[in-house]
Amino acid sequence: MEKRSADSQVKGVSTGTTILAATFKGGVVIGSDSRASMGGEYVSSKTINKVIQVHDQIFCCMAGSLADAQAVTKAAKFHLSFHSVQMETPPLVIAAASVLQEMCYKNREELQAGFITAGWDRKKGPQVYVVSLGGMLVGQPVTIGGSGSTYIYGYVDAKYKPNMSRDECLQFATNALALAMGRDNVSGGVAHLVVITETGVEHVVVPGNKLPKFHNE
Amino acid sequence: MLEETGPEWLSEEVKTGTTIIAIEFDGGVVLGSDSRVSAGASVVNRVMNKLSPLHDRIYCALSGSAADAQTIAEVVNYQLDVHSIEIDEEPQVRSAATLVRNISYKYKEEMSAHLIVAGWDRRDGGQVFATLSGLLTRQPFALGGSGSSYVYGFVDAEFRRGMSKEECQQFVVDTLSLAMNRDGSSGGVAYIVSIDEHGTEEKVVLGNDLPTFFDQ
Repeated sequence: MEKRSADSQVKGVSTGTTILAATFKGGVVIGSDSRASMGGEYVSSKTINKVIQVHDQIFCCMAGSLADAQAVTKAAKFHLSFHSVQMETPPLVIAAASVLQEMCYKNREELQAGFITAGWDRKKGPQVYVVSLGGMLVGQPVTIGGSGSTYIYGYVDAKYKPNMSRDECLQFATNALALAMGRDNVSGGVAHLVVITETGVEHVVVPGNKLPKFHNE
Repeated sequence: MLEETGPEWLSEEVKTGTTIIAIEFDGGVVLGSDSRVSAGASVVNRVMNKLSPLHDRIYCALSGSAADAQTIAEVVNYQLDVHSIEIDEEPQVRSAATLVRNISYKYKEEMSAHLIVAGWDRRDGGQVFATLSGLLTRQPFALGGSGSSYVYGFVDAEFRRGMSKEECQQFVVDTLSLAMNRDGSSGGVAYIVSIDEHGTEEKVVLGNDLPTFFDQ
């Protein structure tokens, strides 16, 4: 049976992937797997980092065509640093998401990339936004994306609770990534996680052999 | 337009785009399904029971093309009746699954149905078999249908061997509810069938009695 997905029509290197972001009490966790594949048969990189910093306390995750995503995030990073100089204040998370949205919408015919933006700002605290393929922007408490996300919709719906503690949320995100990597053959490698709070940013990397194991392993 | 084409649901193939699940517990099995049957974008039956009896303590769960799946179930039901008279005792779950597998494999190009076979027999207790595309494999749990993709993560995380019957029933209802919330081709009510050495119990959980989660 043919596997029909947006990734299989992407030319070149695609990040068949699993990305997610979730808010907890006082911050956000944003994370991804680390596999880049070509055509679903060859893993071109086992350790790619799909969590990109676009400003001090704003990160985004990319899914879809790797080339498109890198080009857009590079442009967005520049835009945002210019914007924050002009405003003389760190940019709002929604500003970062809007910059990505504008690019995705204006170039919707050529681009094939979706983003999750997460961060902390002084106005609204921790936030998560998702910019979908065509350029729609939606704010949500928790969101997942990429090919591996299909398998964890049920898990995220059942297990996410608003206002979790930092450690609970980190465990939730690690579990979700591990489950998706276990079922999706184009997601895998290590789990990259970033925890963003008012005080700063912390990177957590969970190597493959330290990921939580579930009953069938 | 010269032709009278009529409403599109008359010409679309009827599929049980669906969520089906079967889980083994200590002493039996629990099967569950949603109740939506769709033809393209229309729901042609919102209360169909996709859990079909093959014998007293053996059921199957239907998914894929509604016609194909129902036909396979009816044929195997007949074949099992004959077989159980011939051997003069209750058939094994593995026999039922093999009969389903034989049809699925022989007609794999023409048909598109996936049946999960589950039941209880005296020899091996509760068993669940998957017969996708004509393979035959025994598993502790099996998922199927379009809605199953969304709940693989949940089932992987929450399944434990040796659950009690009630825990298993609750687990099946939770899983079906999550899948029905995310899959457009699954919905309606949840049908649950529990099979153990004492017999078979059928239950329906109506839409408003289904468990809800944080975003509802």
